[in-house]
Amino acid sequence: MSFDPHTSSLSEDNGAGAQTLDVSLGPQHPSTHGVFRMNVRLDGETIVKLQPVFGYLHRNHEKLAEKMSWLASMPYTDRLDYLCPITNNWAYAVAVEKLAGLEVPERAEYIRVIVGELTRLANHTAFLGFLLGDMGGWGSALMYAFREREKILDLFEALTGARMMTNYMRFGGVRCDLPTGWLEKTRAYIETFPAFLDEMEQLLTGNEILLARLQGVAPLSAERAINGGLSGPVLRASGVDYDIRKVDGYGIYPRLNFRVPRGTVGDCFDRFMIRLLEARESIKLLQQAFAQIPAGPIVNPAAKQRGIKPPAGEAYGRIESPKGELGFHLISEGGEKPYRYHVRPPSLINLTLLEEMCIGSKIADVMVILGSIDIVLGEVDR
Amino acid sequence: MIVLTPETVLARIQTALPGARVELVNNPSPCGQHSIVVHCEDALQVAEFLKNDPELLLDFASNVSGVDYPDHLEAVYHLFSIAKKHGPITLRMRTGDRDQNVTVPSLTSVWKSADFQEREAFDLFGIRFEGHPDLRRLLMWDEFVDYPLRKDYVAPDDYEYEPTPHGSIVEKSQSHLSSVAHKTSSPNA
Repeated sequence: MSFDPHTSSLSEDNGAGAQTLDVSLGPQHPSTHGVFRMNVRLDGETIVKLQPVFGYLHRNHEKLAEKMSWLASMPYTDRLDYLCPITNNWAYAVAVEKLAGLEVPERAEYIRVIVGELTRLANHTAFLGFLLGDMGGWGSALMYAFREREKILDLFEALTGARMMTNYMRFGGVRCDLPTGWLEKTRAYIETFPAFLDEMEQLLTGNEILLARLQGVAPLSAERAINGGLSGPVLRASGVDYDIRKVDGYGIYPRLNFRVPRGTVGDCFDRFMIRLLEARESIKLLQQAFAQIPAGPIVNPAAKQRGIKPPAGEAYGRIESPKGELGFHLISEGGEKPYRYHVRPPSLINLTLLEEMCIGSKIADVMVILGSIDIVLGEVDR
Repeated sequence: MIVLTPETVLARIQTALPGARVELVNNPSPCGQHSIVVHCEDALQVAEFLKNDPELLLDFASNVSGVDYPDHLEAVYHLFSIAKKHGPITLRMRTGDRDQNVTVPSLTSVWKSADFQEREAFDLFGIRFEGHPDLRRLLMWDEFVDYPLRKDYVAPDDYEYEPTPHGSIVEKSQSHLSSVAHKTSSPNA
């Protein structure tokens, strides 16, 4: 019997006296985090097959970029993972800087770390809220999480003029310097953040229902996670010590002191816990950056922005975005537009093993497993 | 312990697999990420070697992208090692041309992470990955004809309008349809 992605119908007897049922989950579903569809085949309530269907938010971002100047793509990268626009800007800037051989001034690197780690806090906070929503805990946890995320977005708005569509990085630096008083305000806010994390942790990890829904669900071995190309918190939850901030040591991360949390069995609980732990490390990074940030220029004066023409060649640049490895593969012919512009989206590639993780679980667990991977469809479909 | 450069990787491949057709392609960019081009028939063997060789252990195929060049298509793989924490090594495979010989071997059996990304390259560039477990379009719908990321792709200019029996709109739509008429046989066949 073949599995037709376009129909979801009752399927025949599988020979063992039991029947399987095909169900189409999504694309309009409160827990798919956007327009994502899964065709699942159920035996009773157990998943026997799962086929993800992509493309509902596809807009051929890569083709658009080939038609525009190098700088004009920068605001479009905001729309990839729209929860973390600043890290998208950063990854694109890093790739172009590799391609053109541009240096970044020290102050700009510190600003990048500060806004990047704030983005990580905002993302992981939102993740915690969404995950609870996926488990049926609508409202409460999400409101706590979004309250804090909104405060971080206020800081972004003060800095860049926009809550989410920040368009903040430039080749060889950042677009504008920190406004007067911004650093003090941010520092004061970050001092309150550990208390919020404590509260959230107490609220969540002490909850028996949450533990029952997460512990032992969809464990993933380190070997499978690596082969499946998983990256970021999902990879580290399986016990793999791999953080691009440490491995590539881009920017000023080698100067800063932080740990890379890891999980043990890679189940949904590990994937949940690792975000809480990473958020605490981000606070440490922010505090060091606040203490060390020097005065100076915020953009490399030799770097052209409009009309930049990187020399012919290609480069692959990547950073550790809150969702995983965000990379850009760029090919230049020396012109004012890219010849090829490719995004390596962590959200899409982290779904590679979704079927493997879901098979054998109950249908109610699918949403929790998907939530624990943490995807954004703007990046999956591009 | 070797220092990982494309040159040393190439030398290791040539020592271990003397028959494999591999060559170095220079990248003039300041980042110096030179690529290794591997002949399609040797690609699976070379990929297995890169993944399992104890000095290289390139166990993480991070990125797969397709590229459209005037006379051929390319599938580009960026490989990293999580065990050794080094990379990237850029591996490329070339098709014979852009029309008939667009088949390259799928490396999904070596690196599962290539699964969706090879489907994407098939979808948007029309590179056919032989041996892929489930080669279907990823982002475009299955009935879609043509490959949008190719340089000669003609974007439809009629979908913004309701076709009316009047004047220039019909002409425009017809000229578009005739320009893509030769592509209407299903590319997925």
